[in-house]
Amino acid sequence: MGLATKKFDAVIVGAGGSGMRASLQLAEAGYKVAVLSKVFPTRSHTVAAQGGVGASLGNMGEDSWAWHMYDTVKGSDWLGDQDAIEFMCREAPSAIIELEHFGMPFDRNEDGTVYQRPFGGHMQNYGAGPPVQRSCCAADRTGHAMLHTLYQRNVRANTVFFVEWMALDLLKDNSGNIVGVTALEMETGDIYILHSRAVLLATGGAGRVYAASTNAYINTGDGLGMVARAGIPLEDMEFWQFHPTGVAGAGVLITEGVRGEGGYLLNKDGERFMERYAPNAKDLASRDVVARAMATEIKDGRGVGKDSDHVLLKLDHLGPEVIEKRLPGIREISKKFANVDPTEAPIPVVPTCHYMMGGIPTNYHGEVLESTNGDYSSPLEGLFAAGECACASVHGANRLGTNSLTDLLVFGRAAGNTMIKFLRGHSSHKSLPKGAADLTMERINRLNHQQDGESVTEVGGELRAVMQANCGVFRFPELLEKGVQEIYSVAEKVKHTMIADKSKTFNTARVEALELENLIEVAIASLVSADARKESRGAHDRSDFPERNDSDWLKHSMWFKSKSQLEYKPVQLKPLSAESIEPKVRAY
Amino acid sequence: MKFRIYRFNPEKDKKPYMQDYDLDLDNSDRMLLDALMRIKAIDDSLSLRKSCREGVCGSDAMNINGKNGLACITNLTDLREPVEIRPLPGLPVIRDLVVDMSQFFKQYHSVQPYVTNEEPVLEQERLQTPGDRARLDGLYECILCACCSTSCPSFWWNPDKFVGPAGLLAAYRFLADTRDQNTRQRLDNLEDPFRLFRCHSIMNCVDVCPKGLNPTKAIGKIKDMLVKRAV
Ligand SMILES: Cc1cc2nc3c(=O)[nH]c(=O)nc-3n(C[C@H](O)[C@H](O)[C@H](O)COP(=O)(O)OP(=O)(O)OC[C@H]3O[C@@H](n4cnc5c(N)ncnc54)[C@H](O)[C@@H]3O)c2cc1C
Ligand code: SF4
Ligand code: SF4
Ligand code: FES
Repeated sequence: MGLATKKFDAVIVGAGGSGMRASLQLAEAGYKVAVLSKVFPTRSHTVAAQGGVGASLGNMGEDSWAWHMYDTVKGSDWLGDQDAIEFMCREAPSAIIELEHFGMPFDRNEDGTVYQRPFGGHMQNYGAGPPVQRSCCAADRTGHAMLHTLYQRNVRANTVFFVEWMALDLLKDNSGNIVGVTALEMETGDIYILHSRAVLLATGGAGRVYAASTNAYINTGDGLGMVARAGIPLEDMEFWQFHPTGVAGAGVLITEGVRGEGGYLLNKDGERFMERYAPNAKDLASRDVVARAMATEIKDGRGVGKDSDHVLLKLDHLGPEVIEKRLPGIREISKKFANVDPTEAPIPVVPTCHYMMGGIPTNYHGEVLESTNGDYSSPLEGLFAAGECACASVHGANRLGTNSLTDLLVFGRAAGNTMIKFLRGHSSHKSLPKGAADLTMERINRLNHQQDGESVTEVGGELRAVMQANCGVFRFPELLEKGVQEIYSVAEKVKHTMIADKSKTFNTARVEALELENLIEVAIASLVSADARKESRGAHDRSDFPERNDSDWLKHSMWFKSKSQLEYKPVQLKPLSAESIEPKVRAY
Repeated sequence: MKFRIYRFNPEKDKKPYMQDYDLDLDNSDRMLLDALMRIKAIDDSLSLRKSCREGVCGSDAMNINGKNGLACITNLTDLREPVEIRPLPGLPVIRDLVVDMSQFFKQYHSVQPYVTNEEPVLEQERLQTPGDRARLDGLYECILCACCSTSCPSFWWNPDKFVGPAGLLAAYRFLADTRDQNTRQRLDNLEDPFRLFRCHSIMNCVDVCPKGLNPTKAIGKIKDMLVKRAV
């Protein structure tokens, strides 16, 4: 049976901040683009970003892109590629001005300029301090304001959205070029081939591999599953950011902006313990540093609560006016999910999985890189990636707060521009090979016919438990080894999951089963890469190798599902125009 | 805890029915969405939309014990049993709790929901005083969940002609923005017996908005602007 085929110049998978910034570029240039999303665009998880978007506008005091670049390199624990980091920090101010022109409701200063707040790891004078105010925000709803603004601008540009369409697999022609995707229309249950000259993956994060996560249900790493199944490697998957302040028990995020505005953490003795771990930056040190400090306090018995399993975030001293004006969403969340009014009492918080530093390997133009015998200089034809699913790599081993939203704007725009250039040079569609959709149809048919096996909920729960127990804030060799073994046995079960509901109309059980096949690729890549990296760097902290080891490990992990093999790729230490920032001890 | 849930699968069911579930909850199940996910784990045929699970994406709006709300921020302890759950009223049902929102979004799109300003792009941001920016508070936070419009009798009767509370809130969000230059066209677009004036200030919309927004007030402000420009 032949599948229905639709033809486009380009397909964009994902309508979050990165996908919609790219689609705007293409739609305004007059290309026929299909933007696919599992949810209505404004429901993408960019909507949940709270604290702000980083750019050295210098509205609150002196700042420069070079300082921003320094902080980002240091934040990344030197694993970030300095060409991409320079590119992002230089382009950030213009990306913000542009977003403001699109209608973004940024908070303002008395002089009418955009208000900026302090955020962890952002400093003046090449890390020397004091903290700089670099985070442009709309109260604590920055992501919501940004996502809606980008959607609105796309409405103006007549972008074509395929809402509640789930992309399933990449289509490759016989020479290995990407020529489209297969996709499931959720309302009808029909599968389509979307034939296109270029594909952009902008599918966001995969935080749902952990049991406790700030991520939405839809953050299942679909783009990563798609590339892994197509033989493309996944980069730096051992680096997961644990955000210091997830609401204990609920996982919902409390923005670092709370500490930016002057809030701080307390242990059970009422001690402001960050003063011990980061004497300069204190509560505004990098996230990995703060998360580890909290985990240490809890481990050493200074946690709060009847199980001593969390610490407290105090902000009542900011006063109700500041909280109402700058952090209204936080107040709402903490009342709802922690039963605490933060104008009166501190919020119980724990480090919670938040952000995936690794992802699909790209350069700073948004082109996806493929390996030719270990050389990554030539991009794969027809495939692009941007946003959290991509690894450029600007975040290296630890992302600074506010740098993801910056990443979406800068690399969303850059990928859009690169795709326009590519489309100009490739004016005709490459033909679809025979059996292009076979893999997809195998997966769909398997689910349609599977009559026994464990449920998606059960297997998904096991997957999350394995990651949570073995690949957390602190990592131990025994646990990593055990985790690798366990995740492979979960992977076997994923091949045999059973859904009872076989109907076609809006079958969310089928969607979740297909998502699980992506999550498992993310989990395997994470555990295998973490087990292999014998050092501690950024968010990857091993008990048996507590130090960073630049002579052996200043390199990116590249996991190939297709050959079950890890390879490595050098870090780009040479920026585009600036002086290289040489690795040194990272202290805050 | 007891639940009665609206079920309808067009492939199987001639007409919708209510299905009862009796559930043992876990200590960690705090919100209605947690309970619905527990039901889905037992019966994977139950379809609903969900994503952020923290009340910011607008996916899981539904009718809960007769009132529209978001399942993910509806505390289970606040609900009387059996908890009766239906899809948002007034929109075609695709399946179970999933409704077709096309008409709702069409109305949103009809107000040209974007800042229009033809002045050249500047090197710097367009300036706006904190006071002018504050006029957008209570407007820009809308998450397009449709709780309001699907509780509005005027929208039920005329979903194709009356913009509805969410669309009108958005309309006023752009009228209130000092950077927007399209005031005249925006008001022309609403000066119509149906598009704006079908609102009879019944306030259902205000009552249900999970973000605490006030569409009725915004509608009143648009009406004021029309009156002002008439004199
Ligand atoms: C609670 C929270 C707060 C945050 N706060 C900040 C902050 O203040 N500052 C900051 O810089 N960063 C912040 N971050 C990080 C940042 O928000 C995210 O990294 C970023 O928004 C991701 O954007 P994206 O465009 O890559 O993906 P998303 O916004 O997640 O969008 C992904 C899109 O892909 C679509 N999609 C996925 N799979 C498929 C598929 N198979 N088929 C079709 N479509 C698909 C989805 O439907 C969606 O449209 C925060 C993150 C969280 C979770
Ligand atoms: S106030 Fe107007 S918009 Fe709101 S519910 Fe009543 S009629 Fe509808
Ligand atoms: S105004 Fe409130 S109820 Fe209406 S769509 Fe917006 S957030 Fe939902
Ligand atoms: S799941 Fe996003 S609003 Fe409830």
